[in-house]
Amino acid sequence: MTPLLQVLGVMRRFGGVVAVKQLDLSFNAGELVSVIGPNGAGKTTLFNLITGHDAPDSGRIVFAGRDIAGMAPDRIAALGLARTFQHGRVFANLSVRDNVLVGAHTRLDVVRRSPPVIGPLIELALALVQPPGVARQQAALDAELRDILGLFGDRLLPRLDHPAFSLSYANRRRLEIARALALHPRLLLLDEPTAGMNETETAEMLGIIRTLKQRGLSILLIEHKLDLVMTLSDRVIVMDDGAKIAEGPPGLVRNDPAVVEAYLGHREVGEVVA
Amino acid sequence: MTEPLLALDAIDTFYGPVQVHFGLTLSVLPGQIVCLLGGNASGKSTTMKIILGLLRPRAGRVLFDGADITGLPTPQVIRRGIGSVPEARRLFGTMTVRENLLMGAYCRSDRAGVAHDLERMLTLFPRVRQRLEQRAGTLSGGEQQMVAMARALMGRPRLICMDEPTMGLSPLYVDRVLELIRTVNAEGVTVFMVEQNASLALQIADYGYVLQTGRIMLSGPAEELMRDPRIRDAYLGGERAKVA
Amino acid sequence: MGSWFDYTVNGLIIGNIYALLAVGLALIFGVSHLINFAQGSIYTVGAYIGWTCVTYLHTPLPVTMLIVLAGCGLLGVAIERIGLRPLAGAARIAPLLATIGISLVLDQVVQLVFTPDPRALPNPLPDWRLHVGSGTIGAMDLLIAGIGIVSGAVLFAFLRFTKLGWAVRATALDRDAAQQMGVDTDAVNRTVFAIAAALGGLSGMLVGMYFNHIDPAMSFQATLKGIVAQVIGGMGNVPGAIFGSLLLGLTESYGVALFGSSYRNLFAFVLLLVILVLRPNGLFASSRQAPPEPLTGTFIAPSKPVVVPRFVIVVAVIAAAALPLVPNISYVLQTLTGAWLYAMLALSLTLVAGTVGQISLGHAGLLAIGAYASALLALDLNVPVGFAVPAAGVITALLGTALIFPAFRLRGHYVSIATLGIGEIVGLVILNWESLTRGPIGVSGIPPLQVGSLALDSPVRSYWTCLAVLVVLALLQVRLLRSHLGRTFRAIRDDDVAARAYGISLNRYKGLAFAVGGFAAGISGAITAHLYSYINYETFTSQISILALTMVILGGLGNIAGAIVGAVALISLPELFRFTAEWRMLVYGVVLLLLIRFRPQGILGTV
Repeated sequence: MTPLLQVLGVMRRFGGVVAVKQLDLSFNAGELVSVIGPNGAGKTTLFNLITGHDAPDSGRIVFAGRDIAGMAPDRIAALGLARTFQHGRVFANLSVRDNVLVGAHTRLDVVRRSPPVIGPLIELALALVQPPGVARQQAALDAELRDILGLFGDRLLPRLDHPAFSLSYANRRRLEIARALALHPRLLLLDEPTAGMNETETAEMLGIIRTLKQRGLSILLIEHKLDLVMTLSDRVIVMDDGAKIAEGPPGLVRNDPAVVEAYLGHREVGEVVA
Repeated sequence: MTEPLLALDAIDTFYGPVQVHFGLTLSVLPGQIVCLLGGNASGKSTTMKIILGLLRPRAGRVLFDGADITGLPTPQVIRRGIGSVPEARRLFGTMTVRENLLMGAYCRSDRAGVAHDLERMLTLFPRVRQRLEQRAGTLSGGEQQMVAMARALMGRPRLICMDEPTMGLSPLYVDRVLELIRTVNAEGVTVFMVEQNASLALQIADYGYVLQTGRIMLSGPAEELMRDPRIRDAYLGGERAKVA
Repeated sequence: MGSWFDYTVNGLIIGNIYALLAVGLALIFGVSHLINFAQGSIYTVGAYIGWTCVTYLHTPLPVTMLIVLAGCGLLGVAIERIGLRPLAGAARIAPLLATIGISLVLDQVVQLVFTPDPRALPNPLPDWRLHVGSGTIGAMDLLIAGIGIVSGAVLFAFLRFTKLGWAVRATALDRDAAQQMGVDTDAVNRTVFAIAAALGGLSGMLVGMYFNHIDPAMSFQATLKGIVAQVIGGMGNVPGAIFGSLLLGLTESYGVALFGSSYRNLFAFVLLLVILVLRPNGLFASSRQAPPEPLTGTFIAPSKPVVVPRFVIVVAVIAAAALPLVPNISYVLQTLTGAWLYAMLALSLTLVAGTVGQISLGHAGLLAIGAYASALLALDLNVPVGFAVPAAGVITALLGTALIFPAFRLRGHYVSIATLGIGEIVGLVILNWESLTRGPIGVSGIPPLQVGSLALDSPVRSYWTCLAVLVVLALLQVRLLRSHLGRTFRAIRDDDVAARAYGISLNRYKGLAFAVGGFAAGISGAITAHLYSYINYETFTSQISILALTMVILGGLGNIAGAIVGAVALISLPELFRFTAEWRMLVYGVVLLLLIRFRPQGILGTV
């Protein structure tokens, strides 16, 4: 089976600092893989390279058979890659409904089937005229968004027309995931989805991510709450200082001395002296 | 019972709607080296911001030498005798090393004393003397850390706050920095440091606190903490520590 | 025709003057990341203080200079304290807009006190000239050069050798770290504003003496030139500002030598745009560096907009349509017709600045393109007015978008600067492209408004026509915002990084928004041309751009009903109170300041 995502020998340096060093990573459809590591390990840089918000200095990134290294983020999104952001980035002044609908932007016919040059004008004309085809797709999306938001119980549905800035922090993070789901992603990248959440909220999010996994969604996750990581993941990749220092099933990785050293500074810290 | 030089009392901190500290309480006795440890997203760096007045807590108090300094503007906190070595050094890059050091003494008006202290710093940090007229931004990471420490000491602080002093340094400079912290402490300066690297910090500290998602999970004398398996759980998660 | 030496000297002297302005801007930007649009107004105040000293107090030159320095320095501190400090917690574009408001107020106060007439500001220096090769240097040249060098040296010494100077440098490099050294950054702000204002005021006085001419309208150009010099040298870079100023002065001088004096400003603004597009960090930064953190996309104060019930809107439109039935209100109808035309511009701007978050400061340029397009189509190509007007709308949409397109990569305040420059360039091109636009003479004899044989130029008919066009444009914009484009535009405004991550191509949608906005503004300009029957390059000034922005903020950024309400309010209320033109602008400036300070979401709320 060809992997869904492949990172091959990717390197990125900022001035004198090498943020990501010759990284190799392979990801198959249906997996849930977590990327962990101490501060400054290069995890978010890696995400930014995959999603097109940054370009690698060398190496290749292949997604669904296409070379995407250095491709613009909006084109990568159109290929079916959705991401959420550390600390959450929802559209503050848009309603919950509009936030989710923007997630579906790449699926709109007016956008997908847009000819070059006159495409924008046609899109404008269709937006003003609203012919039956456009209206139909809009109605279908409206129905679908209720299903998506239903995943979160009654946290977001009753607030459909509330602006996102009025939502609690945890709800904003949930909204971000709803928006990502509206894209119908082939691969979902979650950047610290439970950052800033308390125990209950984290447990809830755990349940949601698990549900998504059960539905067959491919997920790549950055997380610091290692309990979460160990419970959910098929595989764990540990980064430190820009390089991959361990990879494998959660149980194996947790006790790997190299991992202890990366986090605590020395593999003997916390070792009970006989 | 000695009065703590620095104390945080039931601090609750928020970034907008997100709570970062939950009833954070710790104290630093005069003459000690105290470290605050924790993994990513534990709230360590925010603690420094609270102490220095860069961020205001929503509840709780910060006490320095018995006085309530909660919410004071940063320049006033500094003037009370706290020196700061910020995370990632934050030297004034296009100013020379000399100018950086003298900026550390910005609040002082005793020119003779400042000149004397400058000379002392250069003796204590010989590498810095070599680079005195260079632009601070051109120094290596380790050298910058030296300058940052010296800069903070130029203010003759009673307490020096260091935010992740070993981050990004080569092993040689890590050793140097730790040695300097010991020396400075031996001369009477109390040290409060925030560190991710538990091993290094506990080697020189007298006392340690371990922060996990905004709460102190563990505290105690450094040697005890070093051997306490719960410290792994605080960093790596596990059965014994609470799931965050 | 002078020699090249003369042109070089002239360029360097003008450059010197720009440097006094630009250095102040650089200091302020370096320390607080703020573009001080009021710098030119302070320059004007300095010129007038100088004039007052020379004409009434008869003070010797050194004393005059000291008074100007001190007076303007105090003004700078007052501006910082009263105008800007209260905005410390607000969205980052608020101070930029506040300085625009302050500049309006200052200019108008000067105009009210001293009248708009230009005045002479003689210099007290002896009238000899030094002959060097084939050119000459005058006493004034030497004085300005001398002051420039001395100011530079004093500033250098201040920054290098004094404690406060170090505090300024440290704050500009790293505000937080400076605070952690015990620096009082509020005091640093005040100091920097005082220095910038003092230097700016001095440069105004010197310019007045150099050209023996001052007038209240000097400020806008001065601010722009200062900004151009800043952009060339890198925002916040003091030596860069000096270099940029000298380069600008020389470019202008040689440009004038080669092409004529009306090309002076054209060169300046083209240079601005070239730098913004190719090297937004200025000539001295490497091109791979990220630009300094711009003001984040939205000025908008999050708010729940006031929902105007549909029947209220219907009633209002019917009432407006029925108004001409009331006898003897020709004056009211004319005022409201003007309001409808402004409302079209406001619709355009609220779309671009409100919905998409691109704060355009040069929107009057779109009016000019539309006006000239329609006038020239009707006059030169005999296109019937009924076709010329919509065609002008389309031309404005295409041309306006093409002009702004290279600036789409910019964010935050750089967008505003770029649009300011483009607005000026449009006016200057119109001035200079005589074969097409008849240059400074303007276009006269523009056919009146009519569709086929139906004349629409009577007060009642033009009123109805404009109202009808406005209603149609507004309805189209409502429909647009309700479609997927509405949320797409607003997503770009709220967070363009997240928008891109969800497949939204920024160029495509910004282009579309400017095209739609360009169409509405073009129509407004076109109709205006046919109603006025005469237009020239000064018909649509930058003040109109600022006024439109004030209307849009008053109504609520992005709010369609708000744009119309804002236009009607700001056009008709001053008429109601019978304000003369000078007082009107003053009121606009004060309104803008009060809005930004106390109600940035406007009357009807942002959308």
